[in-house]
Amino acid sequence: MIYLDNNATTKVDEKVLNEMLPYLRDEYANASSMYSFASKPAKALQEARAQIRDFVGAKDEKEIYFTSCGSESANTAIKGVVNCNKEKRHLITTKIEHPCVLNTYKELEKQGYEVDYIGVNAQGDLNISELTEKLRKDTALVSVMWANNETGVINPVEEIAEIIKSRSPQTKFFVDGVQSAGKIQMNVKDTKIDLLGISGHKFHAPKGVGALYVNSSTRLTSLINGGHQERGLRAGTENVPYIVGMGKAATLASDALEYELKEVKRLRDKLENGILRNVYNSRLNANLLNRVPNTTNIGFEYVEGELILLHLSDLGICASSGSACTSGSLEPSHVLRAMGVPFTALHGSIRFSLSRFTTEKEVDFVIEKMPEIMDKLTKISPFQDELKKLREIKKGE
Amino acid sequence: MWDYSEEVMDHYRNPRNVGSIENADLIGEAGSLACGDSLKLFIKLEGNIVKDAKFQTFGCGSAVASSSILTEMIIGKTLDEVKKITNKDIADKLGGLPAQKMHCSVMGREALEDALKKYYGEDSEEWQELELMDEHSKAGEKIICTCFNVTENQIWEAIKQNNLTTLDEVTNYTKAGGACGRCKNIIQDMISTYLNKKPETQELTPTQKILKIGKVLEQQIAPQLQKDGGDIELVDIDGDIVKVKLIGVCSACKNASMTLKNFVEAELKEKVDNRIVVEQVG
Repeated sequence: MIYLDNNATTKVDEKVLNEMLPYLRDEYANASSMYSFASKPAKALQEARAQIRDFVGAKDEKEIYFTSCGSESANTAIKGVVNCNKEKRHLITTKIEHPCVLNTYKELEKQGYEVDYIGVNAQGDLNISELTEKLRKDTALVSVMWANNETGVINPVEEIAEIIKSRSPQTKFFVDGVQSAGKIQMNVKDTKIDLLGISGHKFHAPKGVGALYVNSSTRLTSLINGGHQERGLRAGTENVPYIVGMGKAATLASDALEYELKEVKRLRDKLENGILRNVYNSRLNANLLNRVPNTTNIGFEYVEGELILLHLSDLGICASSGSACTSGSLEPSHVLRAMGVPFTALHGSIRFSLSRFTTEKEVDFVIEKMPEIMDKLTKISPFQDELKKLREIKKGE
Repeated sequence: MWDYSEEVMDHYRNPRNVGSIENADLIGEAGSLACGDSLKLFIKLEGNIVKDAKFQTFGCGSAVASSSILTEMIIGKTLDEVKKITNKDIADKLGGLPAQKMHCSVMGREALEDALKKYYGEDSEEWQELELMDEHSKAGEKIICTCFNVTENQIWEAIKQNNLTTLDEVTNYTKAGGACGRCKNIIQDMISTYLNKKPETQELTPTQKILKIGKVLEQQIAPQLQKDGGDIELVDIDGDIVKVKLIGVCSACKNASMTLKNFVEAELKEKVDNRIVVEQVG
């Protein structure tokens, strides 16, 4: 199997698993308990918090809260800020956010909040001047993802944070860092970002654990009420084994960042160029330069995405598409639509996302097979004249 | 991952009759690129018999499979036989389709209709006859779902041919309502209209009747009883006698016999057959 869907989830690193096992097997004490049996889990929790602090580049581990996933982090941040700033009735986000942000905003819109959704250009770059114009004194919160899950395009969140704080210092800024974690350097203490969410399973920790960075000047209400865990912000017995796993995964990801930025990027570029060169009806959906190193989103014109995925799957290749037919929802990707990807390629766009475990051999195999698959599938398409034109254009290049 | 049948997988992996036919006698089209799937169907006749059929499809695995099997289903058939092929026939032949993919089989049926309509001409008797299969067709060109360009006609057709009773089912079969959702109220009204329609005078076969009784019990009667903490179980059907068992709070309810007569029996009489009598068993 060739796994190129690492933006969906990643395999758990063997080293992460080994770090977790003692806490699943022997060290099962509740970290909040008073006996010495609980001291190891309690210490492990502390250590993991420091590891995540370093991973996101926070000043103090007190700014790190553990959650169950990226969606919980986003919900806590957004609802928490809004509830603490009830007099402010305006919110800003982008059209290309993950559903955990978009749908939370839609919910608040229903409750009477005024929301501006900022658009992107054809390369997927955010319209910063539009965002700047929409900022108001009564804007409670701005939410922008650091990197987009479908295209990998990076948003200049440091710059956006500066703009927000210079124009409306009271406005809070939440960054969804789920897709940037482990793929680019994050250093929140050097920025004016107030809140940052991450999710363990996107960087080789298991599913079911995430974290939220909240800087010391930001107040939040909690989403889950109960005990005093996570300093009262997030009740529920700490999921020690998974938190330990995420801490280890964060350290490993930091160590591997240089490899990610160089080697994973090289393989991604090789895959991307190989496909774009050899498949005449392909086009890149993204800003070529401004992306996380592991992601490429390629549109195949006049062929539908699920059909491509099924044929890739027959060869053991796992990729994904924002296409209507794969996700259960019938609507094509909201991200690609916001970019204005022509509908000839909108339904046939495939995302390949690599990881540090991706090998050159795997990439070469996909480059070899893609033209064969496309050759078969374009023959089925009703748009033979259009495809012929594309083929001639490609020949001319 | 969809739970595709072996037949579906076989047909999208090895689609039969791909391509076009020069000088085709019938060409039918359905769907569009913007909507995410489209089908072009080519038919060559010999007299009244389909001698050859080919297709070109832009769409997902089940769309290709539906198109592919449709060509196999019509080759060698007379136009009179071809006329009668429904989307359900296509799906059945594929060993079933996931609910969310039923619209792919509908696209096959639509391409077939389009081909026949162009061939016979809109004023022809044959086409009128086909149209009579759908009494709502006159108002049918109205677009209900603007996201996917689904007409009132297509929604009616899907509701009636497949006895759809919920909004989700209609979306699964036609895509209508699957994107912005603004047309959901209209679709809901259409379903209500369909459900409230007087039972067809046309006689059901015993099997059809049993299936319909089961469906009405399961989808319309049981949910109502479940709201009150009860439920109903179908025990047996003997001609027009439907034997059921009330469970949960219903079984202990002193109004149970009232529930049976005034609600369960009345519903079945209205939706299936006026002669139905409901009896409670142990």
